[in-house]
Amino acid sequence: MIYRENGQFKTTYAADQQIFTIAQDKWFVLGLIAFAFIGVPMLADEYMFRAILIPFLILSLAALGVNLLVGYCGQITLGAGAFMAIGAYAAYNFMIRVDGVPLVAALLLGGATTAALGIIFGIPSLRVRGLYLAVATLAAQFFCDWAFLRLGWFTNYSPSGSVSISNLSAFGWAIDSPVEKYLFCLLFLVAFAFFAKNLTRASIGRQWMAIRDMDVAAEVIGIRPMWAKLSAFAVSSFFIGVAGALWGFVHLGSWEPAAFSVDRSFQLLFMVIIGGLGSIMGSFFGAAFIVIMPIFLNQALPALGSLFGIAISTAGVAHAEFIIFGSLIVFFLIVEPHGLARLWAIAKEKLRLWPFPH
Amino acid sequence: MGFFVETLIGGLMAGMLYSLVALGFVLIFKASGVFNFAQGAMVLFAALAMARFSEWANIVLGGDSLFLANLIAFLGAGVVMFIVAWIIERLVLRNLVNQEGATLLMATLGIAYVLEGVGQTIFGGQIYTIDVGMPKDPVIMFESLFEGGIMINKEDFIAALIAAVLVGVLTLFFQKTPTGRALRAVADDHQAAQSIGIPLNRTWVIVWCVAGIVALVAGIIWGSKLGVQFSLATVALRALPVVILGGLTSVPGAIIGGLIIGVGEKLSEVYLGPYVGGGIEIWFAYALALVFLLFRPQGLFGEKIINRV
Repeated sequence: MIYRENGQFKTTYAADQQIFTIAQDKWFVLGLIAFAFIGVPMLADEYMFRAILIPFLILSLAALGVNLLVGYCGQITLGAGAFMAIGAYAAYNFMIRVDGVPLVAALLLGGATTAALGIIFGIPSLRVRGLYLAVATLAAQFFCDWAFLRLGWFTNYSPSGSVSISNLSAFGWAIDSPVEKYLFCLLFLVAFAFFAKNLTRASIGRQWMAIRDMDVAAEVIGIRPMWAKLSAFAVSSFFIGVAGALWGFVHLGSWEPAAFSVDRSFQLLFMVIIGGLGSIMGSFFGAAFIVIMPIFLNQALPALGSLFGIAISTAGVAHAEFIIFGSLIVFFLIVEPHGLARLWAIAKEKLRLWPFPH
Repeated sequence: MGFFVETLIGGLMAGMLYSLVALGFVLIFKASGVFNFAQGAMVLFAALAMARFSEWANIVLGGDSLFLANLIAFLGAGVVMFIVAWIIERLVLRNLVNQEGATLLMATLGIAYVLEGVGQTIFGGQIYTIDVGMPKDPVIMFESLFEGGIMINKEDFIAALIAAVLVGVLTLFFQKTPTGRALRAVADDHQAAQSIGIPLNRTWVIVWCVAGIVALVAGIIWGSKLGVQFSLATVALRALPVVILGGLTSVPGAIIGGLIIGVGEKLSEVYLGPYVGGGIEIWFAYALALVFLLFRPQGLFGEKIINRV
């Protein structure tokens, strides 16, 4: 009853082609953004920002990028962690090697560098498909792991191999407290999410989806596979690169290559598959699930153990986390192979008819 | 020249070890179209079971016969792998029939997490050793041909031999036995296989079980070389380039791919490594596989991929 489009007439094409055609959707999203900007900083404490909210925002951004490539263009990648690393190290090098480059510019340049390299690592996709491509992208992952560990130039010959960035500030705004970091990441995320949403509605997004659904057929109707695939790689890498730079600069502060290991790649792929392939909203759901679940298990398991009088050792908790996390992933894939975004869509459909389903 | 041949032979043997792990991937992909990322976890799980069982059997038997203890442990671990295969089929695969490749891939990653957790909870998370009585001392061969001869690790040699035998047996199994034929039919087309009366579920249990046994053999060999510990699960990542190089659907491909990767890794590390700072083994294997893929996108021996609209 509440969520119903009755009586919302569109009289212009522009009105018909809005991002959110239903007024309730529009207000809901606007409300959500307003809450994220105003409500959350008032409610959350420092631990929440550091452990949950900032990682969630940054990984959502990365998941968005992965989703553009995997969900919209159908090219499976296991190298997302490497692209995050490229973004982080490129932005770092711009920061320290170019005098007076502003923070935002460094982050975006990091993204742009990642996009350029993403095109290069995307070239095999023109020839290799599916699972073969997934494994081929691992080449990027291991090459980057090695390069950032062994080639001193990237880390500015830091003896410990770890690099750090401090005193972040953008446009005269010093970003040092967790709240400010949160808002900074949130600005990026909102801008990029709208960018992604619009891309997928535009001609380029439709080309990606045509390639995803059947590349031979897409080629027959005049879509250039090379252009479509490589542009997907570039845009997706740009997103992931910026996310990686934010992860290094804002979340970690100082980092080493292990922060962007192959586990991170798997984690990002988990996010888009659990969240929902080919769905912007799904990327957020997936990121939230993957970020919150381990923290929740970490807190809940010892508490649960003491409830039954069993003391679980730290190693035991780690193993139990493995088991529960793995089972949950399998469980989700079995109950809802199309991801949490699909549940969201079903809920909306039900709400439309509620309370008179017939 | 002697050094080159020594490196070459070392590479070939390392390659055989990779093919052992790669075989597990190929078996499961062949029969169920699932790219099984849990293969590494299965190797770890099997090796953990083997190590602990032989330890316990040794205590029960009073440490008299190493061979008997190992035999009991091998059988025990084999049973465990069968149970694992059955549970995986029952709880996961049966519910994911006809899903997309990416979904199945993710499911096996989930399985990998569970196996790693369960294995370390049941069998413990320390470093264990497997001692199956393999000779560790190297032998010097071809002293007449090259100056100083060629040093060959006996352990590697036996491992390579075992791998070769295993591949022979598996090839025969796939090509000559009725069960093998059923497996190939299922791999070709689930529905068609079902319609002529091949039980899909039982076939999957069989193939996961065979993959479990292969994982057990790989686990024993790798475990006795490196010790049984968590990092054994990452062996799978080293074997992935082997699989895609050889082709996901080809048993001989896994072997040839393993040999190429093994040799490529060793030669690159020895002759190219010093110029770029070393440690290039891992990504070089992937890059090598990628080069081959550019010419044959389905791997060297994989089935040709035909695209129709």
